[in-house]
This record gives sequence, structure tokens and C-alpha cells, in this order.
Amino acid sequence: MKSFKLHEGLAFPLDAINVDTDQILPARFLQKRRSDPNYATYLFHDLRFDKDGSEKIDFLLNDPIYKNATIIVGNSNFGGGSSREAAVFALEAFGIRSVIAPNFGDIFFNNCLKNGILPVVLPKTKTDQLRTLLHNNPENNLTIDLVKQTLSYAGDIFDHFNINPTAKHNLMMGLGQIGLTMKHSKVIDDFELEYRANIRAK
Amino acid sequence: MTPRTIVDKIWDDHEILVDPVSEESLLYVDNLFLTDSSSFHAFDQLEKEGFTVRRPKQIFGVPDHFASSMSRKVLDITDPDRAARIEDLEKYCKKWGINHFGLEDPRMGITHVVGPEQGITQPGKIVLCGDSHTSTHGGLGALAFGIGGQSGHVLATQCLWQKKLKQMRVTVAGKRQPLITAKDIVLSIVSTIGAGGAFGHTIEYAGETITSLSVEERLTVCNMTIEAGGRAGIIAPDQATFDYLNGREFAPKGMTWNKVLEYWKNLPTDPGAVFDTEIVLDAENIEPMVSWGNTAEETLPISGFIPDPALVEDADRRESLKRALDYMGLNPGMKMIDIEIDQVFIGSCTNGRLEDLRAAAQIVKGYKAAVPALITPGSNLVRATAEAEGLDQIFKDAGFKWGEAGCSMCVGMNGDVVGANKRCASTSNRNFVGRQGAGSRTHLLSPVMAAAAAITGRLTDVRELTKNMEFI
Repeated sequence: MKSFKLHEGLAFPLDAINVDTDQILPARFLQKRRSDPNYATYLFHDLRFDKDGSEKIDFLLNDPIYKNATIIVGNSNFGGGSSREAAVFALEAFGIRSVIAPNFGDIFFNNCLKNGILPVVLPKTKTDQLRTLLHNNPENNLTIDLVKQTLSYAGDIFDHFNINPTAKHNLMMGLGQIGLTMKHSKVIDDFELEYRANIRAK
Repeated sequence: MTPRTIVDKIWDDHEILVDPVSEESLLYVDNLFLTDSSSFHAFDQLEKEGFTVRRPKQIFGVPDHFASSMSRKVLDITDPDRAARIEDLEKYCKKWGINHFGLEDPRMGITHVVGPEQGITQPGKIVLCGDSHTSTHGGLGALAFGIGGQSGHVLATQCLWQKKLKQMRVTVAGKRQPLITAKDIVLSIVSTIGAGGAFGHTIEYAGETITSLSVEERLTVCNMTIEAGGRAGIIAPDQATFDYLNGREFAPKGMTWNKVLEYWKNLPTDPGAVFDTEIVLDAENIEPMVSWGNTAEETLPISGFIPDPALVEDADRRESLKRALDYMGLNPGMKMIDIEIDQVFIGSCTNGRLEDLRAAAQIVKGYKAAVPALITPGSNLVRATAEAEGLDQIFKDAGFKWGEAGCSMCVGMNGDVVGANKRCASTSNRNFVGRQGAGSRTHLLSPVMAAAAAITGRLTDVRELTKNMEFI
């Protein structure tokens, strides 16, 4: 997993509420492996492209100014709906390192953390304000400092954010979770024996 | 002892340890289901990181998303990616000794239909799957939820890290009116609490209306928990649950059955247990419900009118409403019953079980569908049983397409899609933008309402249509 400590980049404001994982990655692309060279084009596919494959001009990500965005600033209920981890793979393939929103779908939030993408929860007033700034001055970078838990806009601190300390540590170290859990193997073995004897005989 | 909820009890019995920093619990997992749509990522991860499968006998692989509704042969699937994902699942299950119900296995079907039907899902178990509708299994009193990208972790460790969720109880009281189904109840619940109303919560469904539901109906209610943002839905097990499970292939037998029955009987929430949120609903006022927008929250009684964005104060909601009406091709003030449809889909993990098919058949019998209609049973077993009862003939006589089991048009991943700007009355669970195909317009409703819509070609109050029918 890619580690995340400090990231500076252009941010793309996505105003809609309820941007579900079906919109992030339409279901028909779920059959694709991550090694597919076109994986990045599947991100927001039906919002970005017309039926004939041409870019929709009204979708902001198609504005050249946002094409190199590495951060998304969204709105309420971002990533709700289907549990598809591949929605996060599509974000990663496009180069997104962080998504900022007032709240996230639970499963999507965890999928981000497990894949080296930092989900940042900020109050709705702050995300609204930030998106307005980005609409007006898209060329200004956002800087996300995971160590200090700060978010800066155009070089000035915009807000602090909270994050679960374990998730922070794992993200900073780029640690995969299976290896970490394996350190508890003995406790798991003991628990399983007792569980099988007392709770389930099967 | 402090009174505990059913979720507390299951949690306590599965908690191996708590990480003091993150406050996440390491939970022991009874069963993991793998589907063809996401499990290949989990196996890729396992192999890349060099881990093995810890408890293959507790894992079940079922190819449901890419399964064709036309045939049970992989060879008949023309899309190479889809066929490959179905074959991948079989290959990996074989390699690791994981239970696998392939396309031609009588036990194959939609994962969330199969688990309960085979008796794999049981009260008090923790059941997971990389699919958000895993909440379905809670209808049998299991703690079940979707886990997105953690299937690889569960395969390797048979455990899951999870922070304890908040708990909501939705109590539904009162007698429902005839032809009001579990789908109407849950759509009514979701429209009441909102698409994000149960974020970070599990929902226990309780009250006399819920306990009077059949087990299959309970599965329908729990299925749509995620549409309110809730991770897991659960209903306390009772005699109906035990009767449902008794004798199923993977249910405990003999002495073990007696032992486990005692355990199950102690699972229901203790009197006095405290929930973070309590919601109370009256079932007597619930009408047939139909969605009009792009979240299940955007649902109205069939007697309703399409809402007007001009009357919405909150700017985000107003924009969202405008977008939904534009996408759905609807105008403010339209009557729901004036909405014409292009096609009908009956099936999915929400409404693809035998009782759903029976209910729809009762409405359809003797009529002709006015629009193309597809019906896909929830499992090979549901399909075979329905055929033994002659239901397939009723549907075929009415001009329905009688498909093979799988997720089919609910999510459109097997090629059964709704065309752009086409309107589908669907018994599935999601009406998201593009859910049934790019540009598709979905109206969620119950099987009897879908059957009524198929007959008239528009959204229809099934109670009106059947006024003069004898069975009511």
C-alpha cells in the first residue's frame, strides 16, 4: 500500500450530494482487472463521457484545469451505496490521493484507508467553503499534512481534521492489514478453539 | 447484568480483542461469501502478499453477478471478462478448498438468497461478503454486513477489524393492509429515516409487524438496510426462524441442533436494552410504495405526486432533486400513477425468493404483460420449486421472459440492462443513476406492484387493479 504523509496537489470540487459508488465506478466495469491500462478512464465514467465516448463539457473534471487533480472535495454522503472496492481502485488509477467530504459511506471510507487514499471528514460549512474557493481559484494547491492533521489552501492553514490513530499510523507507514493481524495469531487460535467448543459445534 | 441488544450479544461472543488505540474490535467471522464480481481482487491480494486461506470450509463462493439469465453454461457467456471472472472464482475456490456452488449446481443463486436457503446463515453468526446487500442475512438473526475490500483479510485470518457501530431500533407496529408487502414496509422505513439516516448504525427491526413477517419477508426488510446507510439489519430469531432453518443442508443436525437452539433462544435483545436511536412506525398507514428518484429515500406512496424542487429550502437538496427529476424525466406535480413504464424486472436479493414469485404470479395470472418483462428467480432452487408449482407457466403465458437465477437486471452486470432513458419498474434495491444500465430510469417497488405495472404498462396501484379479483 502506498504510504501517505504529506500531499500537495490540485483539487477538484464535486458539488453533488449522494455521489454513490455506482457513479464513481459504474457496475459494468467491475469485471475489469486493475491491470487494465484504461482503468483510470472508468472513474466517474458516465458523468465524464457521453455515449459516443466524447467528454461531457459540463462535468468539471473534463476542464483541463482539473485534469491533474489529485484531491476531490465532495459533499454529503460521498461513496455511499455498493461496497465495491474497485471504486477506490478507479480513484487510485486516476491518481487521487485524498477525498474530502462532510461524511462518507462507511464501507467506502474503510476501502479508502485500506488502499492508501486518505478520506478527510470536515464540517459541511468547511467543505462548502472550500469548494467555492476551488471553483473561483482552481489553480491553487491544497496541502494535506497527515502528520499534523492539517489541510492548507494556497499555503495557508484552512482547517484541522481528525483521524483514527491506528488508521493514521498504517497510512503513514503504508502497512497492509493482514500482516498486522497475523501478529495476533496465537490469540486468534485460542479464541477459535474455545469458540468452536462453546458456541458452535460445527 | 446490563441488558444487551442482540447485536451486543453477537459482538461479545465474537470479540477476540480490542485495539486500545483505534478502539476497533478484532471479530471472529463464521462465514464469508465470495461473489464473482469482487473476490478476484481478494485472491490477487492474498497471492501477492503470500498468505493462505485459514478456514476454507467456512467460505462459500457463488458466481451471481455475471451469471447469464439465458443459460447455465459458462461457454454461453460471450463477454470474455465476465466468463473469466466466473471461471476465476471456481479456480480459486478449487485451489484453496473453498465451498463453491457453480452455475449448474442446484444450490447456486444470488449469494444473499443462497446463504439463508442452504442454512449456512444462522442466528448469532457473523456473516460477511464483499457486497453491501449482505445485510439481508440479518433476517435470520445473524450479524451480517458488507465489507468491501476486506475479503482478503478475512480469507487469510477468518477475522475482521471493526469498530463497534451505533445501534438503531426501528419498531413497526400495527396490522398492514392487504397487498402491502415487506418491500413497502422497508421502502417506507428508508424514506422516513433517509438515505443517510442510519450511517454508522446497525438497525434492529422489531415490533409486531416485523415479528409477523415470514422469514423470507424479513430477509427483504434487512436487505435494504444499506439504502438508509446502515451497515447491518437484524431481526431477532424466533420459532419461525428455527422452523425455517430446520433440515436445511448446512443447518446443525441432531444433538448439535438442540444445543444451538438453546443458544439461539437467548439471542433476542433483553428488555431495557438501550439503543442510540429509536424510530417508531405505524404499518396500518403504509401504502404500496414506489421510488421516483435516485435514492431509495426518494420514494412515495403510489397515490403520491412528484415533488417540486421550488418548495425545497435546502440548496443542496433542491439541486439534488432537480438533478433527479431531470435524470428520471419527470415533472413536479405529476401523479405517480400517470408514469408510463417501458419494462419490468422481477428478481434480485431483495425480491427473488419463492414467496415473491408466488405473489407476483397471483397478480399476473390470466393477464398479458403490456411491456417487456423479465423475471429471474433468486436461486436455481427457487427456480426449480417455482417450476414444480407451475409459476413459470403463468409468467410465460403472460408474456414474461423466465430467466435463470442471478443478480441480472438489478445491477446489469450480466448484460441484462435497461436502455438509456428507458423506465423500468423493478423489484430490486437501488434506483441510483445508471444502476440498471447507463441512463436507465428505475422505479423500485414490490413484486405485486411490479406485476401490476407489467399488466397496465404504467405505475399502478395493485389494490385498484385487483379490486374485483377473488383471492384478495
